Amino acid sequence: MNDVTRSEVCAAAVADAFAEDGEIFASPMGLMPMLGVRLAKLTSNPDLAISDGEALFLGGTPPLNAKADVIEGPIPFRRVFDVIAYGKRHVMMGATQVDRHGNQNISAIGDFAQPKRQLLGSRGAPGNTVNNRTSYWVPRHSPRVFVEKVDVVTGVGPKLAKEAGPAASKYNDIHRIVSNLGVFDVNGPDDTVRLLSAHPGVTVEEIQEATGFELALPDGMGDGKVPTTREPSPGELMLIREMLDPKRLREREVPSA
Amino acid sequence: MSRPRDKQLTIDEVVAQLEDGMTIGIGGWGPRRKPMALVRAILHSDLKDLTIVSWGGADVGLLAEAGKIRKLVYAFVSLDSIPLEPLFQQARQNRTIPEICEWDEGMFQTGLKAAAERLPFLPMRAGLGSDVLRNNPDLQLVTSPYADELGDHEQFVAVPALKLDVALVHMNRADVHGNASYLGPDPYFDDLFCMAAKKAFVSCEQIVDTAGLTVDTPVQRLLIHRMMVAGVVETPNGAHFTNCVPDYERDEKFQKHYATSAADPEAWAVFKERFLSGDEDAYQAAVAAWTQEQEALR
Repeated sequence: MNDVTRSEVCAAAVADAFAEDGEIFASPMGLMPMLGVRLAKLTSNPDLAISDGEALFLGGTPPLNAKADVIEGPIPFRRVFDVIAYGKRHVMMGATQVDRHGNQNISAIGDFAQPKRQLLGSRGAPGNTVNNRTSYWVPRHSPRVFVEKVDVVTGVGPKLAKEAGPAASKYNDIHRIVSNLGVFDVNGPDDTVRLLSAHPGVTVEEIQEATGFELALPDGMGDGKVPTTREPSPGELMLIREMLDPKRLREREVPSA
Repeated sequence: MSRPRDKQLTIDEVVAQLEDGMTIGIGGWGPRRKPMALVRAILHSDLKDLTIVSWGGADVGLLAEAGKIRKLVYAFVSLDSIPLEPLFQQARQNRTIPEICEWDEGMFQTGLKAAAERLPFLPMRAGLGSDVLRNNPDLQLVTSPYADELGDHEQFVAVPALKLDVALVHMNRADVHGNASYLGPDPYFDDLFCMAAKKAFVSCEQIVDTAGLTVDTPVQRLLIHRMMVAGVVETPNGAHFTNCVPDYERDEKFQKHYATSAADPEAWAVFKERFLSGDEDAYQAAVAAWTQEQEALR
């Protein structure tokens, strides 16, 4: 499988983040999270509930950007808010910034009162992160994204959640950060971002250089002992290439070198 | 036979009922089913110092650029296929909106619910630990009177009621009395906006008689009842360039033209002159002419 691309490794890594979730609403924001979630539904976790990204639960698992499919229920925005509070949901959001403590920013860069760059706004990140499992997808890992401290805390990491009290920490569950270079969680010392695996062909040094803070490493794993992210199986590659993403849209998010 | 009263208004009659300094909730969601004909009419009015409450799209961008907003309550402003709303971005980066309240998008629903239920607040987890609390120092916490399973009395955000003076929403169909239905997949929160407001105005694609509202449509789609509504106005294509499915999809080409124009002062002046210098009929005619030109270029 020498021809496996980085984008395909990323899709499988996203799928793995949803493998153990059971029968919950998988909410992917953006192309790669959607590809990975649909891959998980076709392989490790057929019980996942997926939507069209608008207002309908889908009965099947259509390719990216396909609309027509069996519908298994409505999921308009008001119902999304219900499910967030209900807790049976795992959202994978983007992150313009993510910091050492796993806080995310999609609101603004610079001073909030007069930002250098206004982004989307907080969206649902504050509610997501204190109610249901939340992961992040970062297509271009760099020190500008992985920063010591985010400019605005929209998604709440475990340390801030604990400081805010039991109502905030009880359901705070930052599960995975998947980037184009590796896979991370937030179980480092003092609730910090920890490298779980480096994608094939990527060194720990490269990841550390592209990160604006010192990464925690898995227990007992010094440099050189960090696991390599798995490659997708031949079956998964077939699903990605032939069924879910025949137009190779994944290459736009994570181009092959 | 006694009938409920006829609440049909013109666009101008709706805007005449608005006042400087009012808090106005705008229904729909981002670039979806927004009451754009009414928003465009506000752009032309002398109204000022408005507080705008919106899950924002171009409604927020346009009102901000026109200098109508004194205070903005939002969770995001986006055009979906174009993630960042250019006029809103400019307004934030140039600090032209005096007061900013950026909330979590679920808090918004809770705030509207509190207002609709005439409660001062409702408790919620959203906001805890995040900068929503730091950037909105008015938001208070409330302690649960009940202990949880570990004996903790949890502290929640006391989301204040989003009380509105006026709600503006756009629906697919309505009767002259104010009963109104949505025909797309998502009701958004338009009923809550109406119930959170002292006065609600419904614009719609088409006014039909009351029996016509359920002739080929399940009754559950009648989201808004006339008791919530002060006035109804028929504005065909009135959500343009946001979507109003199944009547029409979002006008992606025109939205792109809007966003591209908004990014450049000269192009924006041309856009405004061509599309936003007249009334709603002039807007619709200008859009139709532009669309024909684009098709001729292909």
